[in-house]
Order: sequence, then C-alpha cells, then structure tokens
Amino acid sequence: MSGLEDLYREIILDHYRNPRNRGELPSPPARRAEGFNPLCGDEVVVYLDLDEDGIVRDVKIDGQGCSISQSSASMMSAAVKGKTVSEARELIRAFKAMMSIHEHRLDGDGTEVVEVVAPDPTVELGDLGALRGVVKFPVRIKCATLSWNTLAQVLDEAAAGPERPSEREAG
Amino acid sequence: MAPERPSEPMTAVATPIDGATVKKDFPIFRRDTPLVYLDSAATSQKPQAMLDAMERYYESTNANVHRGVYAIAEEATAEYEGVRRKVARFIGAPSERSVVFTKNTTEAVNLVAHSWARTHLRAGDAVLLTEMEHHANIVPWLMLREERGIELRYVPIGDDGKLILDDLDELLDGVSLFGFTAMSNVLGTLNPVRHLCDAAHAAGAVVLVDGAQYVPHLTTDVSELGCDFLAFSGHKMCGPTGIGVLWAREELLDAMPAFLGGGEMIRDVRLDGWLPNDIPWKFEAGTPPIAEAVGLGAAIDYLKGLGMPAVREHEMALTEYALRSLQERHGDDIRIFGPPVASDRGGVISFDYKGIHPHDVSQVLDQAGICVRAGHHCAKPLMRRLGVGATARASFYVYNDPSDVDALSESLGAASDLFLPA
Repeated sequence: MSGLEDLYREIILDHYRNPRNRGELPSPPARRAEGFNPLCGDEVVVYLDLDEDGIVRDVKIDGQGCSISQSSASMMSAAVKGKTVSEARELIRAFKAMMSIHEHRLDGDGTEVVEVVAPDPTVELGDLGALRGVVKFPVRIKCATLSWNTLAQVLDEAAAGPERPSEREAG
Repeated sequence: MAPERPSEPMTAVATPIDGATVKKDFPIFRRDTPLVYLDSAATSQKPQAMLDAMERYYESTNANVHRGVYAIAEEATAEYEGVRRKVARFIGAPSERSVVFTKNTTEAVNLVAHSWARTHLRAGDAVLLTEMEHHANIVPWLMLREERGIELRYVPIGDDGKLILDDLDELLDGVSLFGFTAMSNVLGTLNPVRHLCDAAHAAGAVVLVDGAQYVPHLTTDVSELGCDFLAFSGHKMCGPTGIGVLWAREELLDAMPAFLGGGEMIRDVRLDGWLPNDIPWKFEAGTPPIAEAVGLGAAIDYLKGLGMPAVREHEMALTEYALRSLQERHGDDIRIFGPPVASDRGGVISFDYKGIHPHDVSQVLDQAGICVRAGHHCAKPLMRRLGVGATARASFYVYNDPSDVDALSESLGAASDLFLPA
C-alpha cells in the first residue's frame, strides 16, 4: 500500500489551503465551462480570458471538490496563465500522460492496443509534478484530471467560435 | 392525520447479536490487514454459508430452469422456485406469485416505470417522489416525464432529515403513483411507510416503496407496510450481486404488460404473435440469475438465523453508540446529517468532519483499513438540499460492533492533523 505522503505532498496541500486564481471572470468576454465528476459530485468551473493573440490573459477557478481536484485546478491555473493556447494544450497532454491516461483502441484483428502517450520532455510541469503520486491511487486520477478536462473543453469551445453556454461530464 | 412512528413489527425478545462473533461467519474479515467495513449501505459482506450454497449449486445441480425434464434441471427449478417462496415468506407476501426476480432494486423500479406507468400514465398525470430519493427512484420518472409529459412532485425534507408532511394531502391530490424510500441511504431516516401508504391510497394513488435499505435491516411485512410495490436488492442483505426483487400486489402484476421480451416470459410464440406467461415469469425474460437466487435463499436463511428483530436491535444500539461517541469526542467538529435520535433511523450515518472533503477523509481512513463511502451516494438532489457536494457515510450491519465505531472516531483525528494542522 502506498503511503499517504505519496499522495498528499506538501505543495499539494499548500495549493489546497491557499488556492491560486480562485474566483470568477465576467463571461462574456471570458469563456466559462463546468466540469463534473459524476462519481463524487465534485464540480469545477473554469473561466478563461484569451487576448487577441490567443494568449491566456487571465484564468479563474470556481467550484468545490477534494484536495486533489482543487489543488490540481489551482496548479493548472498558475501553469497556463500567460501561455498560448497551443502551449496550454501541450500542458494538458503532458499532464494526462503523467496521469497514465493512454488511448485504448481495438486493432483490426480485435487485439487491444494501448497507445502510451509519452510525456514530452520539453514540457515543463514544474509544481504539477507533485501530483505524480496520484497515479498510485487510481480512484483519485479523475479528481486530478477534472479541471484539465474542463480546460480542454473551454479551449475547444474557444476554437469553435462564438461563446455558448456549456455543461458536460468531465471524465 | 399524525405521522405514525416508523412501522417496526415487534416479535418475541431476540437473542442479542454480538458483532465480533458474527464477523467469524464472514471470510472477508480474515484478511491479513485489518478491515473495518462501514459501507454496508453500498453492499454487504457475504457469509460463508451463502458462498457455500452458490458453490454447491454450481458443483452439484447446475442446469437451466423451467426447461429440461432431467433430474438436475428439475432440482435447479425446484431450488429457484423454492427461493421465491422463501422471499415471499421473508417479506410477509401472501403468495410467491407476486415475487418477481430482477437484477437489482434499480431494475425493479424501472420495471414499474416501464410496465405499470407506461400503461397507466398520460401527459399531465402526476407522480409524487421525495427529496431524499436515490437516483434509482428519480431518473426512471424523469425519463417518463421527458417521454410522456407527466408531472413530478417532491415531498420536501426538513433540517432534521425527515419528510415534511404538513402538505402531504395537497401534494397527493391527483397523484397516480407515490414512490418513496422506506429508509434513506444517506440520512438513515426511517420514513413512516404505513402512514404514507394510507394517505396515498386515500388519494387514489398506488405506492412504490424503495426497500433497498430497509428489507436487509428490519422485519418486513408488505401487508403491514401497506404498499403496492416493494423493490429491494439481494447484495445488500448478505446475498450475491445480480439479483433483486420486485414484489407487487398480484392484481397489479396480472394487469401489467410484460417488460423485457424473450424466452421464459412467454406461453406461446408464433411468427406473427405471442402470448405472455403467467406472473411472475411474465417479467423474467431469459435465463434468470439461478445461482444468485440460491445465494439469496441462503442469505435469507442466515438472516433468519440471527433474527430480524435482533438485527434491528443490534443496529439501533450501534447507531446510538456511534451518534453519542462521535459527538462526545468531536463535538462541533463533526456535523451529522439526518434525524438526531437512533430510533428514527437505520444504521447509516452521513457526516461532515471539519469541512474536510469526504474524499480526503475517506482516503485517510483507508490507511487504517476503514471503509466508508465518500460522495453523493446517488442522491444529488438531496446533496443540493443539504447544501453539500458530498458527504462521508458510515453504515452498519450485523458484523459491526462498537470497536468499528471507535476505529472510525479515532482515525478522524488523523485527517484533521493532515489537512488542518494546528
């Protein structure tokens, strides 16, 4: 059994107790998306303000959840602020790779193929690396990825055009 | 009409249950690491006698039911139908014809929503539920609302976790069906089933009772409860997963159209038509969960051996001990949801501890081998009503004893040390 210290690293607890970028942004102009973890009832709202060059001018996080989902959201907000949309997408991909979330599909002859998404060594995860221990607690991976899925959703909607209200189950 | 106390038939004084002794009947407690299992409201642990019965069935009797004329097929059919009689006796049903085997409580509720409700309900007809229902007794009705345009109403709950019944007669006015849980899976609240059934019948409504949390823990007699439909699951009462029960009054079942189509549920099939089988088989399409029925029968024997009045006494004493000791030790740091008095509730205690998220509380407790549920317990409308996203929930059964409560109480401090250091 893994020890709790693998999961609840000090930096995680710090982000949980003192969440960064907590609050709301006027929407519009900011984009807003909600994510739910249907297993535990956690909810996260991501507000994203992109400037005309596609750089994250501001980001705010609202909602409620456990220490893992809240600290992950807090770290995410700190990590994407000032980044371009494509850098933010790279971060999402790198974070999910760290969470060992891989693509599963069936091959032509029915064998399951797991495409391991290798972490991109050029993407600097910084504090986010503290969440690596979550992988040893599989039930909590969804907590850690909730805000990232919601960020991906907000980016998708921004790319799709004019804002519209949205709600989805993040998973 | 004043609400009556939750119906609780009393019989002869029962031999008290000793949780530590009962634990020896459940092999899971022989694990190398300590196991403090406080999640029986999700699923109960399984006694050796039940596991043996299923294994014996597969090893010595296995055959499909209601088909072959050879010896083991007849034995399998006799065992399967024997459990139906056993279930009928266990819930005080006048006849085993009124006992339909389903997959679980959820399927039993869906059977009512599909077969009875789609026959009787039209746009504008009303169904009354309560704010404390499990999703299993909300979503099938929301689906029917989308499909048929029925109206849904909800009995509200008060801050004490009990239904507010002041306006019950107005809420029931014009209602076709009243569906409610006999015992809340979150709050533990025991609802006044008989009173609610009488009020519903006076208003011309039929009553569906979700007995998932009630039947495993209290003596159940459908004629005393007064309901028309009763749904429950085997796996919460020492039985296996994959089998549940819908009991219904025979005349209702007789008039209801079949639910799923296939083998077993027919009397005759031609290329251009079919005739349904008699009840209850009309509602049991395909090969049923035979071994699971055998397991359920053994689970009922096991519970009867303990005595259902003794089961209730044991859990009420444990709940009383837990309410008292948790509050004594943790004071205002713990907020316990639901009725404050143990006699008003079953062995389910949902709580908030110092505002620490239930996921985190549960993770810390897991380090000490303590299993509690953390989440919304498939009752999101109730969570919204309580103003929380989730709760931690400890629930008791026959194998729990005060030492399990003490372990929970003790370990809560560790959560506080981690998340709220002084």
